[in-house]
Amino acid sequence: MSNQEVLLRLSHIEKSFPGVHALKDVSLEVRKGEVLALIGENGAGKSTLIKAITGAHAPDSGTIEFDGVTYDKMTPEIALQVGIGAIYQEFTQAPPLSVAENVFMNLRVNDGPFRDYALMCKKTKEITDKLGVDINPRALVKDLTVGYKQLVEISKALARNARFLIMDEPTAPLTDDEVELLFKIIRELKEQGMTIIYISHRLDELFEVSDRVTVMRDGEVVVTKDINEIDKPMLIKYMVGRELKESFPERDKHYGDVVLEVKDFCGETVGPVSFTLREGEILGFGGLVGAGRTELARAIFGADPQVSGELYVKGQKVHFKSSMEAIEHGLGYVSEDRKNQGVLQNMAVDFNISLPIIKKLSHMLLVNTKKEREIVQKQVDDMSIKTPSLKQRTSNLSGGNQQKVVLGKWLASESDILILDEPTRGIDVGSKQEIYKLINRLAEQGKAIIVISSEMEELLGLTDRMLVLYEGKCTGKLEKEEYSQEKVLQYASGELSL
Amino acid sequence: MENSKLKTFVRDYTIVIVIALLAVGFTIGNKNFFTVSNFLTIMRQSAIMGVCGVGLMFCMVTGSINLATGSFMSLTTVLVALWSVNWGQNWIIGMILAVIICTIIGFVMGEVIIRGNINPMIGSLAVKTILAGAAYLISGGLPIYGIPDESKWLGQGFIGIIPVPVVVLVVVAVIASIVFTKTYLGRKFFAAGSNDEAARLSGIRTKEIRIASFIVCGMLCGIAGCIQLGRMGSGQPAAGSEVEMNILAALIIGGVAIGGGEGKVLRAFCGVFLINMLTNGMTLMNVNQYWQQVVQGFVFLFAVLLEAYQHRPYVPKKAKEDKKAAAKT
Repeated sequence: MSNQEVLLRLSHIEKSFPGVHALKDVSLEVRKGEVLALIGENGAGKSTLIKAITGAHAPDSGTIEFDGVTYDKMTPEIALQVGIGAIYQEFTQAPPLSVAENVFMNLRVNDGPFRDYALMCKKTKEITDKLGVDINPRALVKDLTVGYKQLVEISKALARNARFLIMDEPTAPLTDDEVELLFKIIRELKEQGMTIIYISHRLDELFEVSDRVTVMRDGEVVVTKDINEIDKPMLIKYMVGRELKESFPERDKHYGDVVLEVKDFCGETVGPVSFTLREGEILGFGGLVGAGRTELARAIFGADPQVSGELYVKGQKVHFKSSMEAIEHGLGYVSEDRKNQGVLQNMAVDFNISLPIIKKLSHMLLVNTKKEREIVQKQVDDMSIKTPSLKQRTSNLSGGNQQKVVLGKWLASESDILILDEPTRGIDVGSKQEIYKLINRLAEQGKAIIVISSEMEELLGLTDRMLVLYEGKCTGKLEKEEYSQEKVLQYASGELSL
Repeated sequence: MENSKLKTFVRDYTIVIVIALLAVGFTIGNKNFFTVSNFLTIMRQSAIMGVCGVGLMFCMVTGSINLATGSFMSLTTVLVALWSVNWGQNWIIGMILAVIICTIIGFVMGEVIIRGNINPMIGSLAVKTILAGAAYLISGGLPIYGIPDESKWLGQGFIGIIPVPVVVLVVVAVIASIVFTKTYLGRKFFAAGSNDEAARLSGIRTKEIRIASFIVCGMLCGIAGCIQLGRMGSGQPAAGSEVEMNILAALIIGGVAIGGGEGKVLRAFCGVFLINMLTNGMTLMNVNQYWQQVVQGFVFLFAVLLEAYQHRPYVPKKAKEDKKAAAKT
């Protein structure tokens, strides 16, 4: 089975984005007919690497060799020609069309002006038979379960004669049964000579399906090993060990009363979770992307429904049906998606900042613009938001300043429980420090703060306590003294749990 | 900053220049165009569309739309005529009742469309068909003549030298303008239209705000219907047919964003005036009725193109240059 022939060889791949060195001298070999697992923390560079292989991104330097041919850069066209296929988490399908039509989308099965639908179905059947599954080619994709939709994606790649498949977290949306089926198919494909790169956060799976495993960290390949030469604790050790570069400002810690208490709280896809939060405290929500941190925050904030459990704000039992009620109780939420859920892009800075308190600023319907200007100006000054005027369209501001506008909104409304979801995402390094200082200052002023972050250093450096989520459940709680990258990752990958 | 303010002002009111140019053209074409009486005619026609337009503007600012405005007007004229002619009741009470009915219809329509998550364009098109049908049913398909002369004052009378419809429009426009720019309610309308999710997370109940916009729209269309009744002197089941599209085109020309979150009352009225002046001018120049329709269609298309151009995705200058450079290599 151990065929040593190399199908794909990446040599010294470099890729930078403004402010981020995403891939640093990455070299990687994938052997013909093997399943290579690719793992790493959030932001380790896995996605960028995949995009370099499929041609979505052109690397800055380095070469890609596929089946003996060397390319300076891959393009999507070449990738398709030579037989590189990718199954992304987001499916590229037309749900109202049939399985056969999706599998052969943009491909011809026969000559002549009219397509031969029967032939198309027959060929689809041949492909799904090869996978060892039974799907009706005439069934509509929208009627299929997620597991079968994924099989359609795989069939689609096979219809394009893929010899090399990249699967990006294929098991994330699947149920246990579906995962079993997928593994069966992966083994089947391997038998038939398919080469696969398999990306997953679930460490257990790697041992089931992969032959070798490559660990990435900070844009570099840390190690590549045979799967039977390694175990989970070692994998986690390789994944962490990341140097912490950012320095985090110190702050005075004095905690007040408990202002937020969550007991067996369940949202639609998350829970049960229990925790308390005191005045002046910064609590972190850790976990991998998709672990349910944002869902938990939104459910607490009333943006998504609370399904069960109890929520106490300042000792009072509450059940928020809308964000409005949460805001009235002093909560504020800074969304991870600043552009679509944070600021009103085409509105002015003052409009954005005064929005949650606009009613309070009004007398008999009329907005007290003088008072509004004072309050907004205070926030702009306090946080040194760089804007030519209060009437400036928010879309013209930089990312960091837009984020300050969102924060300013909640400070102006005197929220004392702030939930900050990825507060420094898409913000340059200098502004990051400013945001950290600001968060510290707010905690010193006695505000209770929850920080959600996918950046390990940020989470470790900024927070006093941490809650780690894995697949919607709380797997770990850490006090500052117990903080270590390893611990967090063990909880976040479901390796350890309470 | 003063400079940028001026720039915005110039950009916003380029439409005035277009109006002026068209006016010069029509004046050359027909000497009766540039007269006080013709101006008042255009204004009177614009007033009815304007009142309706302000209603539609409420819907559009919240990111929704209402294509039933004309049918609301038709229904109102028929209802009031039925009440005062066939049933012989007091016309003032009739008008008040009709406006109340329109307001209620607006409310129901908003509830169904917004809570039912229907595309407002399709939903309001259905409502338009229902209301137009109802207007024909009530009137038996024929105009209802013989409304009291006093009631025609609303459409044909003057206060001083100013036509009554224009007075009504000014009152409505001023109130709407104050609501939009000075009150917290106005902020909520704009916030809902600008970015629904962000507004919701800021504690605004965007669905309720949209429903409110349909209520206001229904009410204003009812008022416009009453003026229309006075102007025509009879209840006409076809009074408002085809008007919806003209009003929509006028608002888009007047800078009300189709996606919501943007619009100024005065500027929107300029759009209404432009559309009416165009119709009036073409009629004076004896342009064939059908040609007028073709022209109106083109104007509409042009307006939408212009809107799409103004709201094209914002690409920072730097990114544009990067892209160009990338295309070269």
